[in-house]
Amino acid sequence: MATSTKKPEQHTENEHKNEFLTFVLGEENYALDIMTVKEIRGYEQVTKIANAPDYIKGVLNLRGDIVPIIDLRIKFGVGQATYNEFTIVIMLMIDERIVGIVVDEVSDVIKVGTSQIKPPPEFGVAFDSAYLHGLTTISEQMIILVNIQKLISSDELGLYDPAVTAEQD
Amino acid sequence: MSVDMSQFFEVFFEESHEHLDEMERLLMNLSLDEPDIEDLNSIFRAAHSIKGGSGVFGFDALTGLTHVMENILDLARNQEITITKEIVDQLLITVDKLKVILECYQNEEDIDWSAIEKGTSALEALLKDSPIDSESGDTTPEEDEGFGLFESPVVAENGDETFGFFDTQEIEKKETAYGFFEDEDGTQNNAAPGNEQTPTDKDTSNDHGEAFGFFDEESSNDQVNSESKAPDEDGFGFFDAPTSDDSTPKNTESIKPATATPQSAASAPKQTTKTAVKKPKPKASKKPRTESKESSSIRVDTGKIDSIVNLVGELVITQSMIQILGKEVHGETEEKLDGAIGELSRNIREIQEAVMSMRMLPMSFAFNRFPRVVRDLADKLGKDINLVIEGGNTEIDKGLIEKLVDPLTHLIRNSIDHGIEMPDTRSAMGKSPQGTVILNAEQRGGSIIITITDDGAGLNREKILSKAIANGLVQSNDIPDNEVWPLIFEPGFSTAEAVTDVSGRGVGMDVVRRNIESIGGIVEIESHAGEGSVFSIRLPLTLAIVDGMCVSVGEQTFVIPLTNIVESMQPQAGQIKTIGNDHLLWVRDEYWPIIELHKMMSIGKAKTKPTDAIIVLVETSRKRFGILVDDLEGQQQVVIKSLERHYKRVPGVAGATIMGDGCVAMILDVESLSNEINIPTIQEVSGGN
Repeated sequence: MATSTKKPEQHTENEHKNEFLTFVLGEENYALDIMTVKEIRGYEQVTKIANAPDYIKGVLNLRGDIVPIIDLRIKFGVGQATYNEFTIVIMLMIDERIVGIVVDEVSDVIKVGTSQIKPPPEFGVAFDSAYLHGLTTISEQMIILVNIQKLISSDELGLYDPAVTAEQD
Repeated sequence: MSVDMSQFFEVFFEESHEHLDEMERLLMNLSLDEPDIEDLNSIFRAAHSIKGGSGVFGFDALTGLTHVMENILDLARNQEITITKEIVDQLLITVDKLKVILECYQNEEDIDWSAIEKGTSALEALLKDSPIDSESGDTTPEEDEGFGLFESPVVAENGDETFGFFDTQEIEKKETAYGFFEDEDGTQNNAAPGNEQTPTDKDTSNDHGEAFGFFDEESSNDQVNSESKAPDEDGFGFFDAPTSDDSTPKNTESIKPATATPQSAASAPKQTTKTAVKKPKPKASKKPRTESKESSSIRVDTGKIDSIVNLVGELVITQSMIQILGKEVHGETEEKLDGAIGELSRNIREIQEAVMSMRMLPMSFAFNRFPRVVRDLADKLGKDINLVIEGGNTEIDKGLIEKLVDPLTHLIRNSIDHGIEMPDTRSAMGKSPQGTVILNAEQRGGSIIITITDDGAGLNREKILSKAIANGLVQSNDIPDNEVWPLIFEPGFSTAEAVTDVSGRGVGMDVVRRNIESIGGIVEIESHAGEGSVFSIRLPLTLAIVDGMCVSVGEQTFVIPLTNIVESMQPQAGQIKTIGNDHLLWVRDEYWPIIELHKMMSIGKAKTKPTDAIIVLVETSRKRFGILVDDLEGQQQVVIKSLERHYKRVPGVAGATIMGDGCVAMILDVESLSNEINIPTIQEVSGGN
């Protein structure tokens, strides 16, 4: 799915539309592939992990699984990393692993056809363009489509031991 | 009595169904080009077990069919005939027929003998078609003999003799073939007779003379039935009455007394004579019961158990939430609520224990088979080996046990074959002629460590290196030992000079490593020339429970495994010494380095002054030190959860657990924490003092 959205030449009349979940980080609207979303929940207290980078908030108990929580706002320096009753955690299931990302707000589910996706700009977005599918516009609002799978499993985020992820491949 | 019999029937039916399913599965997967001998053996064993059981219970229809089936399979696995598609097809058809017959017996329905005859002749036709018909003729009688024996022991007056015979004949001839006697599963299959015979086969038959005294009596009928060894009955005029049909009920009964209560022996014969007269009746009485407990055990995907384990964990947390809420209730309902919550928590605890016990097994489940392996192998190689098993009680996840058996077997074989020298070589080197292999399991930190230690020759560095260089695995001789040893785990690597059936094909060690890595473990080798080698398998505790002391640091809770803790204390100012920035604790004439957990785990708001805090003294295999914490919260059993499942390894942390309030607490890995100590060890410090 991730790759098909990237290739505009696959565009046909009966265009396949992917569903994305939109969320807000600071002032910007982002969206991620809804198929990776396991659940959405409020932010709760996490257990800190020693010597982890500041954007890794810690781990919490998701029905028996110990799941890391990362705050993309800190990682990408967008918005204020505040935690209140409106702070949302999106639990993602990526490659059999669960990870939670902290966002300011979850807004909508949108359907985006491949033809509606514009290539990402090389600058001006907090995310490295390698982690983006592209941009799209819904009701005159620019939405940044994040390639969440690539982002989460990236070395830059350093969520997983390189050896372990290699084994799982 | 008929109740007891029905139990045995039930076991037989249940197991026969399992065998048939297994046969079917194996037949389906059997490759025609290269039939796997092991599979053929398994099919044969399954057929054999059904035949044995049915023979004893008098289910003649089953016996007949399985017998022919067995002949074909025996030829096939001895590679005397080639398995063709027709044969497999016919065997599958037979399996289906057997299922039908089994159900007929089970439901007390009439048996379609003509169909059985057709099936038998179809199978026999296959045998005839095969070119080596004459040989099949040979084997058939052999089998018959075996079975004659099998049944006759039950019959014969002196079990000892018959069994001695049985032993020598059967076992020598086809040790592996007779899964019945060899294979553990096989043994259990023959509900009743198997029970009796297994011991005979293993021990010497001495004590069975007694047990079989019972058998003599009853089984004589059997004899009458199957073979005409009438003379046996002489001794038991009593039992003359039974007609041949009775074999079934009698047998079962006879077994009952033999295994369970001796007194019932007396009643058993009586019963026998009674039931003996008519065969259908006892069966009829059995049937309904059989149905009522159709399956006493089921196989469950461990994944399902895992999810129950997790859910129960959640239940515990929910319960403690309710408990907290309950405190807000006042008045009349408070008491009631308290009672209900108490009940709930008890029940949950029981569920938790039950679920846990489903998943965990002591290591001895895997270890218990090795004495046999070692003995056989030692005999084969002419070596004298003493196997020492330690730590059999260490609990380990069932799934891990299953996956450990093969690699362990291989490593043990390897130690015996390559490690331990021949007795005279050992004597010449001044060692005891008897080699020792120690198999040990223990829990250490967040891991289970299984070691296989032998006092043999040790790994041969030169040989491994020259082989590795020849294979292009390494370029130079100049590498340290700890890099040389792992080379033996490379595919295709074997330094054995001769390929024996024990080892030397070089397919073993790489499989061992792969198997162990597949369950998240690592293998390490330590070896000293002339002194022996140690193979250690370090496995993660995916689901192990640890007894831990919960300690708080700042706002966080940590769990220190109880096994590491020596004591806890609040230090006096005079006990704290300082070297540079590090603190030492002076306890009972020794200095203990102190690790400040809040620094290690970078936690603010913790007590930094040792005299305000608590120091937990811990020891590992290598070091002793104190851990500075804010407070002790109490001792409890915690379930170790893997952090690596969704995250990565964290230094100093063995895993995480979920506390009663749903929060996650880190379980400290004291072993790896000790690496953080960069001040001189206790001994040196106290020595310098």
